[in-house]
Amino acid sequence: MEQTIFYILAAAAVLATVLAITEKHPVHAILFLVTSLFSMATIFYLLMAPLVAAFEVILYAGAIMVLFLFVIMMLDLGHPEKGLAPHWKEWLPAAVLSGISIASLVLVIVSRHAAPAAPAAMPTIREVAVRLFQEHGLAVELISLQLLFALVGALYLGRQAKSGDSK
Amino acid sequence: MTASSVDIALFAAKVGLVFFVILTLAAYLVFAERRILAWVQDRKGPNRVGPFGLLQPLADLIKLLTKEDFLPSAADKWLFYLAPAMAAIPAIMIFAVIPFGAPLTVAGHAVPLVVADLNIGLLFFLALSSIAVYGVAIGGWASNSKYSLLGGIRGLAQLISYELSMGLSLVPIVMLARSFSLTEIVDAQRTIPFIIYQPLAFIIFLISITAECKRIPFDLPEAEGELVAGFHTEYSGMRFGLFFVGEYINIIVLGGLATTLFLGGWHGPLLPPVIWFTLKTLAFAFFFIWMRGTLPRLRYDQLMHLGWKVLTPLALMNILVTAWWLMLKNHM
Repeated sequence: MEQTIFYILAAAAVLATVLAITEKHPVHAILFLVTSLFSMATIFYLLMAPLVAAFEVILYAGAIMVLFLFVIMMLDLGHPEKGLAPHWKEWLPAAVLSGISIASLVLVIVSRHAAPAAPAAMPTIREVAVRLFQEHGLAVELISLQLLFALVGALYLGRQAKSGDSK
Repeated sequence: MTASSVDIALFAAKVGLVFFVILTLAAYLVFAERRILAWVQDRKGPNRVGPFGLLQPLADLIKLLTKEDFLPSAADKWLFYLAPAMAAIPAIMIFAVIPFGAPLTVAGHAVPLVVADLNIGLLFFLALSSIAVYGVAIGGWASNSKYSLLGGIRGLAQLISYELSMGLSLVPIVMLARSFSLTEIVDAQRTIPFIIYQPLAFIIFLISITAECKRIPFDLPEAEGELVAGFHTEYSGMRFGLFFVGEYINIIVLGGLATTLFLGGWHGPLLPPVIWFTLKTLAFAFFFIWMRGTLPRLRYDQLMHLGWKVLTPLALMNILVTAWWLMLKNHM
């Protein structure tokens, strides 16, 4: 039962991701990506990680993608069909790199043929929180500082452009 | 997985009953809103269909179903058709995690009066309410109309702004109850409801859910004076009906959530638990309607100012104070 649901969701996630890349219209692409993220969240729930599932939807589908949508609707990108097609020099490195990662992923999966058993019980949120904030508290603080730096940097760049315009 | 067929039948009956009650309640909330608004404005309101106009929702339903289903030219067909469902479905799904009564025992089988008691219940609510934004935004965008687009963009900005203060105002509740499960949050309020400990969080949450419902004074995405009807300007018939009912389902669900989180859920003296839950939820619905009859609409910059510069910092402060208080209490 759970396996069937997993395969349906996995197929939906892969299909939606492919469509998100091939779709020319940005709004449609965003909706496909949201579909993919939603399927991923449900897969996380099936794999006994409800907290990750909730955060996947709240942060990625509910906040980041909404901001993308907001920017696209605000900017009115005009005719997306006439978007620039990337030159082969631009996409070749990306293709090589993704080829390498896909090949290594396939190798790992093939070499480890027996599927590891799923954990018996769903870890409670309290256990996750203790792990995260007591054992890895420093790492969490460092990452949050990094995000703060990125925020300040973005603010600085935004300010620069604004004062340049007014001159 | 050892669910007997009786358990499955009881579960299906529970889900069916919840759907039926919420949809009926949403339809009658529309009627109640029209009557109460009329009373506020010293009019009579709809009183012609049936005794006291009680069959008005039925007449409205027939009218909406028989109207032409209209698709504007150059609209994005599929998204235009999908958007009303994207607005209404998350709203009704949130109710799945709200416990609406004390657990019952039917023929030796325990029936908890909640559809799904998830241990991430509160996060489930936040996730679905952040997904509900898409219905408004896509509906406004797919209509290919300037009014709709403006309404959609406003809705998008408003919902993501107030989601932040809503989520932050709930952190102290989790700290007090030490759980994300709504059933456990209700259990933690058996003696004293959290509104006593957290009046500030309650006020922030109440303002934020009013904005999440897009109700006056936060109805800028619809703003009939300037945007015709905002994001659902181009919708007709039952598709408009779905947006409309979705809004009222949202009122019921968010009212139920405020009840669960701050007013002790179904706990209460004398009356049966389900009655207490319904009364508290409907009190919130009445409050929303009352506000609509009383308050003017905010300006867009006032809305953003209130959300980002007042409610969000206050909610953060409240978290800090609650954390200090809890720490001092545990160390005394």
